[in-house]
Amino acid sequence: MSDIHTSHDGASHGSYKSYFIGLIISIVLTLIAFGVVMTGGFSVPVMMVTVVVTAIAQVLVQLVLFMHLNTKAEGGWNFIAIVFTVGILGLIIGGSLWIMHNIHVNMMLN
Amino acid sequence: MATDTLTNHDAHAHDGHEHHDAGAMKVFGFWIYLMSDLVIFGSLFATFGVLGTATAGGPTSQEIFELPFVLVETFLLLVSSFTFGLAVLAQNAGDRGAVLKWLAVTFLLGFGFVAMEVYEFHHLIAQGHGPDRSAFLSAFFTLVGTHGLHVTFGLIWIATMFIQISRRGLDSVTKPRMLCLSLFWHFLDIVWICVFSFVYLFGAM
Repeated sequence: MSDIHTSHDGASHGSYKSYFIGLIISIVLTLIAFGVVMTGGFSVPVMMVTVVVTAIAQVLVQLVLFMHLNTKAEGGWNFIAIVFTVGILGLIIGGSLWIMHNIHVNMMLN
Repeated sequence: MATDTLTNHDAHAHDGHEHHDAGAMKVFGFWIYLMSDLVIFGSLFATFGVLGTATAGGPTSQEIFELPFVLVETFLLLVSSFTFGLAVLAQNAGDRGAVLKWLAVTFLLGFGFVAMEVYEFHHLIAQGHGPDRSAFLSAFFTLVGTHGLHVTFGLIWIATMFIQISRRGLDSVTKPRMLCLSLFWHFLDIVWICVFSFVYLFGAM
């Protein structure tokens, strides 16, 4: 029989607790990201790493605790679909930044 | 099997598996749509990443971004994502009144977000910093505007669900729609995390 937390549709379930924990963690991560930039006392690499890490963490927290993504729902197809999409995103975003930076450097625009 | 998840809190056993499986397939299909939408946003982020410094002598991101304003927008959308979760929990419990209440709260928070964004855009354009000023501002308005348009359509959808649920109640038609809308709404908050991190916070450094 079904376990309520590995539901068939992959979206319908959760508990008050999981939403509340998700909200608290999201608030904390948001405040860390804004705080590190707004206080202005940190170097740019420190700010960048902090913002990237908190953004990735918050996306994962909301995927799991708000959208209830897991590897089992819908026979794993929800999960496979997003893994595939993230791969495409890596190609589009990483590839665009890489090739345009390369062109920029070779055009000696600086 | 886990085929009873959409209806297991529902007293109407006659909904049966046929309706249920159709509902689950709707939600899965909607998930696939969201993945394609993610690729659209990814393309716009890539565009912004390439053009973010191409200011053409116009204002830079440091000059026009106001982080406290963006922080308030962020909290409106984050809390609305949470209150939509409460609407889904109320649906699982079969409490129509609570579903309608949380839908209304989510709508107001989302409306506040869109209103702030419209104000920000209007403010920028009034200062001559519209999308026609530079490649940076074109990419900025396209990316943030596309997200704002999604939130606006989400608001229309929330209003539609509010009317449908108050008329039809929670049945095998409205429940899968609510689940699709919940995925859409949470998805928009996740995209916004990337917007405030990679557009506003990176831009303000």
